[in-house]
Parts: sequence; structure tokens; C-alpha cells
Amino acid sequence: MTLVLTLRKRPEQRLDLSPLVPHLLAGKSAASINSIELQTTKVRVTVGDAFRLRMGDAGRIRIEGACERLDGVGAGMSRGAITVAGDVGIQAGRLMTGGRLIIGGDTGHWAASGMKGGEIEIKGSAGDRLGGPIAGEIAGMRGGLVIVRGDAGARAGDKMRRGTILIEGSASDYAGSRMIAGTLIVRRKAGALPGYLMKRGTIIVGEGCTAFSPTFVDCGMHALLAMRLMAGFLKPYSPRTAALLQRPLRRYAGDMAVLGKGELFTGNPD
Amino acid sequence: MRTLTHKGVRIDDTFAEAFGMRATAVVITADSARWARQAAVTMTGFATSVIGCGAEAGIDRELTARETPDGRPGMRVLLFSTSTGELQKQLAARVGQCVLTSPGSACYAGLDGEETLRLGNALRYFGDGWQISKRFGGKHYWRIPVMDGEFVCEAATGLTKQAVGGGNLLIMGRTAASTLAAAEAAMKAIDKVPDAIAPFPGGIVRSGSKVGSKYKGVMASTNDAYAPTLRGAVTTALDADVGSVLEIVIDGLTADTVANAMRAGIAAIVKLGPKRGALRIGAGNYGGKLGPHHFHLKDLL
Repeated sequence: MTLVLTLRKRPEQRLDLSPLVPHLLAGKSAASINSIELQTTKVRVTVGDAFRLRMGDAGRIRIEGACERLDGVGAGMSRGAITVAGDVGIQAGRLMTGGRLIIGGDTGHWAASGMKGGEIEIKGSAGDRLGGPIAGEIAGMRGGLVIVRGDAGARAGDKMRRGTILIEGSASDYAGSRMIAGTLIVRRKAGALPGYLMKRGTIIVGEGCTAFSPTFVDCGMHALLAMRLMAGFLKPYSPRTAALLQRPLRRYAGDMAVLGKGELFTGNPD
Repeated sequence: MRTLTHKGVRIDDTFAEAFGMRATAVVITADSARWARQAAVTMTGFATSVIGCGAEAGIDRELTARETPDGRPGMRVLLFSTSTGELQKQLAARVGQCVLTSPGSACYAGLDGEETLRLGNALRYFGDGWQISKRFGGKHYWRIPVMDGEFVCEAATGLTKQAVGGGNLLIMGRTAASTLAAAEAAMKAIDKVPDAIAPFPGGIVRSGSKVGSKYKGVMASTNDAYAPTLRGAVTTALDADVGSVLEIVIDGLTADTVANAMRAGIAAIVKLGPKRGALRIGAGNYGGKLGPHHFHLKDLL
């Protein structure tokens, strides 16, 4: 049976939910889970204070009635599944290495930040710097799969190094900025300057962007086998994205302001 | 040698002696089955015997578009060699020269294994810095820019140390034509056995060999005991009615697959019968002292 945490009321302060992941809760009693501290200020808040707990298998956690004050949901998660009904705050799924995190609503900034493995599905929209590094970190996302059903904020995939981000809606400015490698797919539109200062990696923007960097060079229309393989991988997650990847796409190489070994694909506007 | 007769075909009471080998498999795809086959045929050319070719290779089977990673027609190729090092060398050389070069081709792992051989990892340098690594769905691919687009190649493929090489059948008939008919019938059946190949031309070898030679430095020479034109001149293994002998050599990913292929071949020869096909089936061995795998013909009926 699923372990269920139901938020009693909107918390007075932001809470850090990173201790509530399957591998940290495994084998714990209800009493010891209820006593886990979640506060981010001087005022002590435990799981029992903030949530009503229904015990179950710690490998499958459901958080109900969530709100944007819950930070670090699924952070550091290595296995199992967490399902959230509602919105969450910043850094959801940060440094996750495995398992599956499903957010029913929106996420704050830095969702999937530095993620290494596993899967995150955000049914709403994501904030800024999806998968990106926090201050002082060299690289952002390093593996795994992130799917955003809605839109994403600025700098989605910032400094991404490996893994796949799929945004079914639109992305804001600087999507895939400073990308080191990996794959970022924006099924609809991107804001200004996607791929800004990207070194390597692949960005696919289905419906173009509001402003295109002059430091990307046109390589022509191509129907690449690699896209077909990627489509096969993504089809179970997003059939419409798979269909986009099956069509010929225009390839731009860049960002020539830096290494220039990245690639930006756009759907054909003609 | 004692002989038993099965539906008119004489079966020698002997065994095929086979050896442990290292093997790998790759899946080659292309825009059409024709070009997938072309790449596979080219890659498995000059791969009849490890003695002279470094590897023994063949097409295991044709794959439909549904069975391949990229949804295009494909071929599964098996490659065998005596050591992991030689197998790696042959794999990289053959895929690099024959598959990378073939129009529209792509190459994927054809075998799961705890141990792996470098596939795209060895060929990526052809990209001269423009090669692109892609990891998704638990797979790792290399994209290498080439003149017709990109060559997509999985980074690594599996290695098995359970492979067996040197399963064989000696097919003896009255005439060259009837013996070839029997060998062809056997090959048609063996082609259907999964995880096994017959590396010689069309699966059939007419120049079976014995170890050594009267000439210094020649490792193998004609199998005079089975050469019908020498029947009176040497100690022969042939009966008076045998005028032609052909051999099928079989390599498989396991000993069982070799046995299955030999069994299928014998059944097809027996079915064809002595009038249209072979009078007698034998097998080659070295007295049982060299190879650990002994496939007794009587066990395969």
C-alpha cells in the first residue's frame, strides 16, 4: 500500500521535503517518520505537524494537498516512486539518481537540478532553470529523463551535461543556455536565444523561437536516423513529440561564440 | 568404422569435434533490406576460417523493420574468433570498412552480454571531432557525420565466451551434383536455426583440410582421405560408390545451437534421400583430443 502524506494546511514557512524519499523512509515506523524535521527557519516543524500520515510501503509515497511552499520534493531520491497532487516549490527532484517522481501541478525553480538518473514528470509547468545547476556548481542535469507537460521558465536545461528534457509546451528565454551536452526538446515555441553559449548537445524546438542567435549557422534540412531512435524512445512518453522528431528538421550548429559543437533543430516553418 | 543406415542414408558412428570460441553479434540496418544485406554480406566476406581470415562470420537471420532498433529492415550478423583481442580487432575492422562505408547503414548491438566489445566506441574517431554521443533509454549511440548524412552506431555490443566453432558434417554422394543438392538442402535447414552460422561460401566448403602438410610452413592441406580422386592412392575414408564430398562447418553462440544446426542439416539430408542427395554422412574430428565439444551423429538423428 502507498504511504500517503496529506498536507494539513498551507505551512507558515517553506518546508524542506528532501528527507521524505523512499530510501530514507525505508524501515522507519510511523512515529519516527512523524518526528522528521522539515523546517527551513528557526521554528521547528516535523512531518507530524505538517502532514497527516497514512503508513504504507515507503517505496511508494503519495503527497496530497501539496503547495508551492514544499521545497526539495524527491530531492536525492534513488529508487521507488513519489507522486504529488498539487504544486511544489523549488528544487523538486534535485540530484535525483533513480526512481520516478510525478508532480501533478507546477514546480518552482531548479526542478531536476543536477539530476543524475530516474524520471520526473511535471504535469503542470516548471519554473526557471529546469535541470540547471545552483550557484557554484559546474554542471546541471547529468542524466535521466524530465518531462514537462506544460511550459518551462527561463534557462531550461542550463549547463545540462547528459540526459533528456522534454517540454511539451513552450520554453522561455535562453532554453538550453550553456549546455555542455544532452538533449532538450521544446515541442512548441522557445523564447529568445535558445542554445545561448551551448558547447555541445542537442536542442529541438518544434515551432521556432522569438529571437534567434546570429551565432548559430544553418546546416540545412535533415531527417536523421538519430531522431528516429529518439522518437522511438520518447513515443511512450509523448507521442506528439515522437511525431515531431520523425519529420525533417532544420539543423543549426552552434553556439559559434563558444565551441560550436552543439546543434539546434527547428521544425520547418515553410 | 561402424555405420548405421537411416532411411537409406548411411550415418557414420563418429562425431564432430568442436572448440570453444569468442563470439559477438551486431544488427545492421539500412533504408532497404537490399542494402542491409549488402552491408552484412560485405562485412562477412573473407570470414570463412579463423586460420586465414582472423574471424568466421555469417548472417544469422534477416530482421523485419519491427525487430530492429530504428524500425528499418536489418540483418543480424554473428562474428567468431579465437580470442577476445582478435574478435575486437576483426569487429572494428569489418564494421569500419564494410558497414560504416555502406549507404544509409546503421549498426547496433546484436547480443547482450556482461562483457562487451567496443563498436561505436572504436569507430567514433572517424568523426574527427564532429562525432556526437547520445545516451537515452539505457543505450549509448555514436553519431558520426558521413557524406550521406550520419552513421549511427551503438557504442558497444555483447561478447560471449560460450560460443562453439567447428561443428561439421561431411556429406558424401555419388556425384558432385547430387552431393551439392544434399548440402544445399542441409544449408536451407541450417539457415533457419537461430544463433548459428555456416561461414563458408553459401555455408558449404569443398576443400576440407587435414592438419599439417608435407611442405614446411603449411599448416593445413587437402583432406586426402576424403578426396575421391585419390581413393586408390592413399588410405581413403570413402566407399567405392562415393564420388564427391562436401562439408558444412557450423559455428554457434552455444554448444546447443551447434547441435541444433547439425541436427537440422542431417534431417534435411536424410529427407532428400540417397537417390537425389547424399549416400552417407560423416563428421570430422581429431580423435577427440583437441576440442572439448563432441557432437556424435547418432545422437542427432
